[in-house]
Amino acid sequence: MQGEAAISARGLGKQYRLGDAPTADSLREALTELFSRSTVARTAAAFQRSRNGDDDARTIWSLRDVSFDVDHGATLAIIGRNGAGKSTLLKILSRITQPTTGRVQIAGRVGSLLEVGSGFHPDLTGRENIYLNGAILGMRRREIDAKFDEIVAFAEVERFLDTQVKHYSSGMYMRLAFSVAAHLEPDILLVDEVLAVGDLDFQRKCIGKMGSVAGEGRTVLFVSHNLVAVRALCRSAIVLDSGRVVKQGETADCIAYYVSSGFAEDASTWTRPATAPDGPVAVARVDSRVTGHQPSLTLELDIIVESRARHRPALLAFDIHDAAGATIMQAMPALDGFIPDDAPRHRVRASIALPPLIPSQYFVSVWVGTQFAERGDVAERAIRFEVHDSPAAGRTQPHTTDHGYIVPPSVATCEVA
Amino acid sequence: MAISTPAGHSDPAGSRPITVIEPPKRWVPLDLRELWDQRELVYFLAWRDIKVRYKQTVLGASWAILQPVFAMVVFSLFFGRLGGLPSDGLPYPLWSFAGLVPWTFFSQGLTQAANSLVMSQNLLRKVYFPRLAIPVATVLSAAVDFVLAFAVLAAMIFFYQIELTGRVLWVIPLAVLAFVTALGAGLWFAALSVRYRDVRFVVPFLVQFWLFATPIAYPSSLLPERWRALYALNPMAGVVEGFRWALLGANTRPGSMVIVSTLAAAVILFGGAYYFRSVERTFADVV
Repeated sequence: MQGEAAISARGLGKQYRLGDAPTADSLREALTELFSRSTVARTAAAFQRSRNGDDDARTIWSLRDVSFDVDHGATLAIIGRNGAGKSTLLKILSRITQPTTGRVQIAGRVGSLLEVGSGFHPDLTGRENIYLNGAILGMRRREIDAKFDEIVAFAEVERFLDTQVKHYSSGMYMRLAFSVAAHLEPDILLVDEVLAVGDLDFQRKCIGKMGSVAGEGRTVLFVSHNLVAVRALCRSAIVLDSGRVVKQGETADCIAYYVSSGFAEDASTWTRPATAPDGPVAVARVDSRVTGHQPSLTLELDIIVESRARHRPALLAFDIHDAAGATIMQAMPALDGFIPDDAPRHRVRASIALPPLIPSQYFVSVWVGTQFAERGDVAERAIRFEVHDSPAAGRTQPHTTDHGYIVPPSVATCEVA
Repeated sequence: MAISTPAGHSDPAGSRPITVIEPPKRWVPLDLRELWDQRELVYFLAWRDIKVRYKQTVLGASWAILQPVFAMVVFSLFFGRLGGLPSDGLPYPLWSFAGLVPWTFFSQGLTQAANSLVMSQNLLRKVYFPRLAIPVATVLSAAVDFVLAFAVLAAMIFFYQIELTGRVLWVIPLAVLAFVTALGAGLWFAALSVRYRDVRFVVPFLVQFWLFATPIAYPSSLLPERWRALYALNPMAGVVEGFRWALLGANTRPGSMVIVSTLAAAVILFGGAYYFRSVERTFADVV
């Protein structure tokens, strides 16, 4: 065993092929390719490719030369924008995919939680799904037996244990799925932002549960866009950008770096970076503009939503953050799913009536997903807009964020008491 | 898969197992030990397949019996009665059913195993576990159907008053041979279907063709003696002839056939398992 590092990564890289490159998707393509090109030509092409270091235009490095160490018992956050390589890193560490270059040594049993409710089957009962999901996450039957009551109590589904989970409300479904995962007791826990589905209290409850049960020695790697959660949960952090580690250190420093860098450019349009897509539904593009005059500004959004696989009707949510990453408010134009999966792309036009905001920079994250455990997508801090005027007409005194961002309309009268 | 645990699965020095993750290598060991460590997962996956398969059907698990029984009725009518095919001197329904029971196991196991990875693509992208667990569990779930159908076969043997001998015990290794064949072919097609979605359409054809290359409706004695060894390269030919010999006392003398079939099945299984392992690292990137 080398030192006391729980995870030691050296020079990790992951290259993906884009589009229709050598991964022929149908047998016909493969056969056509086989017969259309002579063996000599193919060999020559392959040789050429290998000489060029396989770096042709059809490949993309989703992760490049990433090295870091995580001590036993540490809590490390991995932050970065969409497409920065966070999920790829987690997938490599949890052995779902293999790196193209580099090496990782992991000391300890790894539990990874890239999705809540992996392997849940809607036709099985709650009880059956606990065993199935537990086994898939790597628990032994004896462990599940021992923790069964705890899992059920944590999820608060006692009465519905023998009901098929397809009849569960989405809240019950998520609670049960969380609960099984929360009772996994690995030495090293890898958590993707799936946990961000719940509110912060619930995330804290879950991670606290996982971290505290056996106490010391548990190592947690947490990938999140939610800077508040990161700050609350992690001591140190890594900032990834375009697949590379650009900052490593204390969480506060990393967050400061992350927030201050890369958002200088005007961001009224956002396009999804060309990395390996994930999940059945995703945000492909966002266009925005602010219309109207203070104090009644309207944020108009034009969003292209992509359906990559069957999914239940999806809905949108917009988080509006301050420059430090704290969420000020959320807009949710519809409470039920309204984006079907009957076409590969849908255009959604949304308009948000902004409350009276003080002059500052604001960021908007666009979330798309369903009310079920299907993986959604977040275009994190996709849009930046700036408010220039005070919402209070005629005010000359400057506003400061010390007194918040919203200036609600107010009236006062004065008379002799 | 280039994941190795140099010190075995439990680190002798401490309690923490060491895992090394590296880029894929050309030669990938089978690592059956990891699969064995996760046998409970295999069990739960098989159990899920069985539960889900019959949960919403009106007739439930009786489908496991109805499928070969219907096939027997059809075969008896068309091949036995109308076609007048010989049946080793045994009643045609019993004789064909003795072939249909292992055949149904094989064809179901193969078809479901071939689809199993694509069906589990969500899991493949989100959780790590030995990928072999999925097709193995699928074929095991088909084995449960086989046991049910076998009970019907036993009842028919009793009904036709066939005298059983010690040969009956051979049914166990023969069933294992059918399992090995289904799994071996299933591994090939499961791995291929991740990359080439066309495979899904190829498998039903292949199963149909394979049915006619197996002595289900006709006895292999219709073939010239010298072709029989070649014929036995189809492992299911050995299984079916073996079943009739072991259970019904058919004078098929399947010894040499079963040997050839066993060798062929072993080649299919090991080839399939190594092919599966060598491409499984790309599953999460492709599905």
